[in-house]
Amino acid sequence: MTAIVLLEARGLAIRFGGVVAADGVDLDVLEGEKLAIIGPNGAGKTTFLNIATGYLKPQAGTVKFLGKEITAHRPRDITRFGIARAFQIPQLFLDHTVIENLLIAAAGHSGRTTLMRSLHDLPERSEMESLLDLVSIRDVADRKAGELPEGKRKLVDIAVALALKPRLLLMDEPTSGVASSEKFAIMDILVAALEKQRVTSVFVEHDMDMVTRYADRVAVWSAGKIQISGPPAEVLADPVVREQVIGI
Amino acid sequence: MAGRSSALTWTLAAVVVAAGVIPILIPSMATLVVLILAKGIVVLGIIILLQAGQVSFGHAMFFAAGAYTAGFWGKYLGVGDLVVYLVVGTVFATILGLLVGLFVVRYREIFFGMLNLAFSMVLWSLLEKMFHLTNGADGMRVPRPTVFGMAFSPENFQYVLLYLTLTIAIVATFVVQRFLESPTGNMLRAIKSNETRLEYLGVSARRILLIGYVISAALGGIGGVLVAVAQQIATPEFAYWTKSGEFVFIAILGGVGNAMGAFAGSAVFELVRFYASAQLANSWQLILGVVLIAIILFAPNGLIGLWKRQRAARDES
Repeated sequence: MTAIVLLEARGLAIRFGGVVAADGVDLDVLEGEKLAIIGPNGAGKTTFLNIATGYLKPQAGTVKFLGKEITAHRPRDITRFGIARAFQIPQLFLDHTVIENLLIAAAGHSGRTTLMRSLHDLPERSEMESLLDLVSIRDVADRKAGELPEGKRKLVDIAVALALKPRLLLMDEPTSGVASSEKFAIMDILVAALEKQRVTSVFVEHDMDMVTRYADRVAVWSAGKIQISGPPAEVLADPVVREQVIGI
Repeated sequence: MAGRSSALTWTLAAVVVAAGVIPILIPSMATLVVLILAKGIVVLGIIILLQAGQVSFGHAMFFAAGAYTAGFWGKYLGVGDLVVYLVVGTVFATILGLLVGLFVVRYREIFFGMLNLAFSMVLWSLLEKMFHLTNGADGMRVPRPTVFGMAFSPENFQYVLLYLTLTIAIVATFVVQRFLESPTGNMLRAIKSNETRLEYLGVSARRILLIGYVISAALGGIGGVLVAVAQQIATPEFAYWTKSGEFVFIAILGGVGNAMGAFAGSAVFELVRFYASAQLANSWQLILGVVLIAIILFAPNGLIGLWKRQRAARDES
């Protein structure tokens, strides 16, 4: 059985001044998988997310989503195609409550920009409340996003992305900035939510425990290329990867 | 919660009754109350844009567009009807708002503010220089219009204008408050807090800002028609940057978090101007300046914020 290729990057190249972030990156994301991207700091992992969501335009190469070229599209178009993004630093509407953040996302997704109906009366409200349940943040539904601790904000950020009902979710270090005691708890919640919603996910990660435990496949991004990809146990046992990326 | 919202309803009712009754007891106040309400309607538009964190220093252009609709009608088509002025003035301001808006919503903050100012000054100089069309700096007289086809004596007309303005103000406040609570209104606030995330929700921030901008231009046009009719004249000063500044001033004075702030600010502004200019002919701006500094220092959420804070303190004790 061959899985559908959701996202297909070919020959991506981009440099910032003298820094080469990508120099011929080829990477496929298969439907249903949880792909981790690891690599040294500054290797260009976040740049990949920026290119895949249209925030940056590569100097060479193409990105296709479900066979359709998306390289030159803007973030809002790519979002509409079905790619959502969660950020390393949560990007929320801090003056709005948590449920309002999700409702705004739902309104953006449905294109329901009616002028005379209250945001709180949107038909998606109960659906958004179950999404809060799914990521275990129902208790803070009516708190302002700006008042929440970082760990909760991360979950809200991911819930906002899931409110868009994406086929592919790109996450940038979903557990960075979270106390290490909470990391596994947050990832458990997150992975369960992704599986329940059948969302394919890519996450950039530094923590090898996270990769081993949660990824189906891992790709190593180093020196502007994907050096190796495969099941975590295999890749993380590779001597070159151990030396250059993990640092042992 | 219920106690507070009913208190708000009663306060609103009291304000509406006061606006409607005081001019009957003191007829000389009728025009002043019309000015307060009409400018409040314009300021509602400023408050909409402030939700997105954008300040327009050129909204007087839409105010002037409404006012000159009445002026042109009087000069070229004879005495018209107030309702027609309102409809045509609003449509005209809306179209102007759409055209200017398509340019300015690409910019933010100081660039947004200054570009608006530039557009309004272009309109001001056109009104001033195209003498043969607009009577230049003398302005255009706005003869007393009919209302729904009926002609009124000057005494009766001022009350007709007052109650019509009051009705429009109530409807406009309700509509703007609903709009601000709608998904689009919330997206407008989201532009202020995180435009990047908004784009990553598949939403065009420019389109949202344009919707807000066009609504605010329409409100500017309505206010312009009403003020020109109340003062029976439209002059280029209506489009001048100090007029735009006045609207922003009133918005900050009243408080930008709530549609009611527009009218609270407008009432204080016009009353201070009315009495201060009677007492201190040339230095009433000084008094307004002191009032604004006091508001910014002691009540950054404006008069409405001050009122809410007092209520909250009373509820707790």
